[in-house]
Amino acid sequence: MTTMTDEILLSVRGLHTWYELKKWGFFHAGYVRAVDGVSFDLRRGEALTVVGESGSGKTSLLKTILGLAPITKGQIIFAGQQLDGRGKSLAWLRSQVGFVQQDPYGALPPFMNVRKILLEPMLINKFGTPAEREQRIREVLEEVRLVPVSDFLTKFPHMLSGGQQQRLVIARALVLRPSLIVADEPVSMLDASVRVEILELMRRIQKAHQLGVIYITHDLSTVRYFSERVFIMYAAKVVEKADVREIIHNTLHPYTKALLAAIPDPDPENANRYRDVPPGEPPSLVKPPSGCRFHPRCPVRIEGLCEKEEPPAFEPFRDHQVECWLYRT
Amino acid sequence: MSDITATAKNEQGMVNAVDSKDDYLLRVKDLCLHFRTTKGIVQAVDGVSFELKRRRSVAILGESGCGKTSLARAILRLLPRNVHKFTGEVWLNGTDVMKMSDEWFRQNVRWVKASMVSQAAMNALNPVLRVGYQVAEPLMIHLHMSKEQALQRAREMFRLVGVPEDFLHRYAFELSGGMRQRAILAMALVTRPDLIVLDEPTSALDMLTQANIFNALKDIKRQFDVGFILITHDISTSSDLADEVIIMYAGQLVEHSLAQTGYRAPLHPYARGLMASVPTLREDKRLEFIPGQPPSLISPPSGCRFAPRCPQRFERCAQEPPTFRVGEHGELVKCWLYAKD
Repeated sequence: MTTMTDEILLSVRGLHTWYELKKWGFFHAGYVRAVDGVSFDLRRGEALTVVGESGSGKTSLLKTILGLAPITKGQIIFAGQQLDGRGKSLAWLRSQVGFVQQDPYGALPPFMNVRKILLEPMLINKFGTPAEREQRIREVLEEVRLVPVSDFLTKFPHMLSGGQQQRLVIARALVLRPSLIVADEPVSMLDASVRVEILELMRRIQKAHQLGVIYITHDLSTVRYFSERVFIMYAAKVVEKADVREIIHNTLHPYTKALLAAIPDPDPENANRYRDVPPGEPPSLVKPPSGCRFHPRCPVRIEGLCEKEEPPAFEPFRDHQVECWLYRT
Repeated sequence: MSDITATAKNEQGMVNAVDSKDDYLLRVKDLCLHFRTTKGIVQAVDGVSFELKRRRSVAILGESGCGKTSLARAILRLLPRNVHKFTGEVWLNGTDVMKMSDEWFRQNVRWVKASMVSQAAMNALNPVLRVGYQVAEPLMIHLHMSKEQALQRAREMFRLVGVPEDFLHRYAFELSGGMRQRAILAMALVTRPDLIVLDEPTSALDMLTQANIFNALKDIKRQFDVGFILITHDISTSSDLADEVIIMYAGQLVEHSLAQTGYRAPLHPYARGLMASVPTLREDKRLEFIPGQPPSLISPPSGCRFAPRCPQRFERCAQEPPTFRVGEHGELVKCWLYAKD
């Protein structure tokens, strides 16, 4: 286990992020409910992974935490301060939270060299003296193993390999000594052989600095290498919360079961069997299905209940919550 | 097993290249595709040889930039303008298609004998034509069918890949990503080709949709006389379709084996490193990675191209490029470790 204190770093209470749709750019035409009622606490030094498919709202959740998307309803309390997404509190938040983007090449400005890329956030946030800043650049580069540092300082992003670019993105996220890192699919753009290296690096950094980390991924098979705690998101809601082992070996929600069935391990026998997955596609977030959002695709739905009422969170096992009527108590 | 071993014999010239009862769907011999760039000549595909029997599917695996997509494009001759060198033999159904003129190839081979589902398939549909018409189009152009006949055939294909029939009259933007990908698959299938090249067919799709599409592909494989070349960097998913595995590194084929051994016990040190880096959901294994980076394809290392990163390299590796050796189970592996002399 990672070392963590009981101090709560981030607290999300009933968070809703809705984007308004406009007809002819003027009339109200409904909302895209990207995040619809998500609550959780993240302790200092704790890592958490949110797993969801594209369009499940996982990136919107992360953007709301970063202050990049509006809070429609609910609260986000970071290090004891409630975020209102305005001016000063936003600037303070962004100096405290590091962001690791999905596509490292797209996230790095092509016209800046490594030194400049790392210096920029410190200049904006008035971090230290010039000498301290230079010192800090060297420290973070060593931390992400872009060594020897002097070789890398003058390089531009296009001169680095994919793995090195991602290391630089991580270095930039770390440079201001944040207490929380949010990472949006940090390894999905990398090759398998490099991926492991980056995952190990992130874990080591998280432990060394007692960072809170929120990972977002669509790939359930890498989750165990990110963190112990896992949330499964489907259609803007967190449908299951548990430890990674629980999720894999004691799967409760029918959606999580389908997701697990869909993921192959490299096994030559796979070619001889069909995957047991429900047909259909994730619902529209503008008009989500009534009741449980998975019910139109669910193989074990309870007629007369699932399509009518939204399931609340049940906790059939300790620290294992699920939003599904099958587990009502 | 014996089918792979045959390639080795071939390399030694034991099997006559013009074989009338050819049960091979595809035979690629010493295929080279080099590109001209401002920095020099990029050896994207460099001396690749492999064979594929009818109704079999092979997964071509490797990291980005190892020449997987270039190989597929070379087989289908979908080439950009900056080609520097394009040589070798590609025998499709017993005919060397490399000897054909571009125009002849376009009219009689591409999309008739061999079709492709490309990587950015989301953007491969024409936005101003109805999907059904696009699927039927190759039949009208290549097989000179009437529009009604062609649309009828398109309808059958839609049913087969799991697109509701009324989607025939929709436009691409009215379809979800998964449905679009199925429509493209229908387009690749509609002429009943012998070979379909799938270049990262599901990399942009949801896990559940991806699993559904692979189920559809398995159906197609069972029902039709069709071979697949699946190009992907997603090793786990590739095992859903592959009978054989080809591992590419720096423009060259380093290992060709049956799925049974290819996924479980690969021989080439690169293949082993690659397989060890694949995360598994059900088993709790320690992941490994291959230190270093693939070499530049402009000036690749002489000798074995993997030698600079190889944990098991020895003197000979840096000096001469390895040739194919036949492993215990008929695998072909390009590595000096397996040289008996």
